[in-house]
Amino acid sequence: MNENGKSYIFDNPRNVKALIYALYVLCATLLVLDFFVHRHVEHPWESWFGFYGIYGFVCCTFLVLAATAMRKVVQRKEDYYDD
Amino acid sequence: MTSVAPFLIFFVGGALAAVTTGRLRQAVLLGTPVLGAVNLYHLPEGTSGFLELFDYTLVLVRVDNLSLVFGYVFHLAALLGAIYALHVRDGVQHVAGTLYAGSSIGALFSGDLLTLFVFWELTAITSVFLILARRTDRAQATAIRYLAIQVLSGLLLLAGILIWTSHTGSITFDYIGIDAPGGWLILLAFGIKSAFPLLHNWLTDAYPEATPTGTIFLSAFTTKLAVYTLARGYPGTEILVYIGATMTMFPIFYAVIENDLRRVLSYSLINQVGFMVTGIGIGTELAINGAAAHAFVHIIYKALLFMSMGAVLDRVGKIDGSELGGLYKSMPITAVFCIIGAASISAFPLFSGFIAKSMVLAAAIEEGYPIVWLFLLFASAGVFHHSGIKIPYFAFFAHDSGIRVKEARPNMLVAMFLAAFLCIFIGVYPWPLYRILPFPVDYHPYTVSHVLVQCQLLFFSALAFVFLQLTKLYPPELPGINIDSEWIYRRFLPHAARYLLDQAHILGVRLERGIRQGLAAWMGRVFHLHGPQGVLARTWQTGSTVLMVVLLFAVVLVFSYI
Repeated sequence: MNENGKSYIFDNPRNVKALIYALYVLCATLLVLDFFVHRHVEHPWESWFGFYGIYGFVCCTFLVLAATAMRKVVQRKEDYYDD
Repeated sequence: MTSVAPFLIFFVGGALAAVTTGRLRQAVLLGTPVLGAVNLYHLPEGTSGFLELFDYTLVLVRVDNLSLVFGYVFHLAALLGAIYALHVRDGVQHVAGTLYAGSSIGALFSGDLLTLFVFWELTAITSVFLILARRTDRAQATAIRYLAIQVLSGLLLLAGILIWTSHTGSITFDYIGIDAPGGWLILLAFGIKSAFPLLHNWLTDAYPEATPTGTIFLSAFTTKLAVYTLARGYPGTEILVYIGATMTMFPIFYAVIENDLRRVLSYSLINQVGFMVTGIGIGTELAINGAAAHAFVHIIYKALLFMSMGAVLDRVGKIDGSELGGLYKSMPITAVFCIIGAASISAFPLFSGFIAKSMVLAAAIEEGYPIVWLFLLFASAGVFHHSGIKIPYFAFFAHDSGIRVKEARPNMLVAMFLAAFLCIFIGVYPWPLYRILPFPVDYHPYTVSHVLVQCQLLFFSALAFVFLQLTKLYPPELPGINIDSEWIYRRFLPHAARYLLDQAHILGVRLERGIRQGLAAWMGRVFHLHGPQGVLARTWQTGSTVLMVVLLFAVVLVFSYI
């Protein structure tokens, strides 16, 4: 409930949880499908089990952690160029 | 039906927009791109619009498979931009936007290098007003930097053209290549406008400082015009594969930590252009088709994303991720459009990115660039991360900032609806787009394999985002700026110049002091010898003078006998 007495979908933590669980189920399904679907591949790496899923997960995690580390080096105050 | 040079319609439209107001001007603004599109549809293939200049023939219009696909989407972007900006009362923006679209279209269809150069510079001069129109000190300073860099690109182009023409005797704009005389200069000129690494910072500097509506125009034309010129002049140039791959990679790191959401989109724009540049570098029919198709869909979904963020800026007055959140409650329709743009740029199946981006990836693996392919795949996951998740999440969801505003303006919603519709339509039914690509298309995006792997890549990337959020590893949105290559000309060079001037000043002072001291010492010595008490000023006794003369004679005598 908010100030207008109107409640929005993600104000309820259960809805957020449901969304996250839906994502888990979806990811698990997609991974399992790798057993059944014969993927057409151009390159041997592609044929590894779960290649795309694992690669996507690892890349994104690396991306965020590396960018966070990079922020320590490159971030300045907003008026950095103004002096 | 007779047709005219496409840019003329926009130049006349821009002139009319300058002298009209109110509803009449709105009619002019909407009518211009529509009339332009009708004209384009009837434009015969081949060259037309010849002008004689000294010994050269300028070709104002060249219509072929490559220029046409860009021509269609440029007209579409001009229409979307016009609808989105329709409420704006500031005439400068309307005139600038229309003339900028016209200049870009003029450059696109130019059949020779001199015409290209003229329109190339015109795109810079007309577009800068879209930044100046923000009317803040910051925007003004940015606009000057933007203009300087854009004009520099034009000068490099001119220098390259002069060298090229003096060697070949031709001004026709066709394949150039880096080995040609002047080839590197022209590549550099194209590279500045397509935001090559280290030459890219004008874009992320300027686009977020333009007006909410101006950015829509800016995001569409300059970089994609440069992509077209690269595809025309440098297809199959291998170095572009690596330049493009770099362009897809480094901006995503900046996009993750950038707070200004329109700047996040600007970094993401460079990443997207990187895919196109890679495709041009690979240079096969599939790759060039991929670059052109990607440019086409990218212009639409990038405009849609910028429109959604422009609507937020328009209503809220702020666009920093650290200050937004929860806007889905008050701008739900904009939120939905933003998500459609996000899904398209992330290349979800059934959205337009899916049917275009994968062509370049497929070409990379086919032509034996597996490492580049891995980079592009990384970048694809990264795009989803910052444009697909971060933009909608921090603006419309995340923690509720408590901001309650009105939904976006009606004209903005109409423009966003059209763009969103096209994103889905092209995603579901890509064949009309495939038909207008430069080469015949033998590519089927909707195979089971392709849909599955793309879903795996994207949903596991989303999983990573959830994982990082839940474990609090995800960096919070923080106010601040991130230094990039612009540091060289915004900080290092001014500081170096100031340091050198200071040092020169100190050196000057020291030199002056040294000269003064030296002169004083010398004068002291002169005074010592010649002054009233000086040795040389003393009066000598006659005897000593005679002695000196005798000695002198003796010396002369000795020497004369030797």
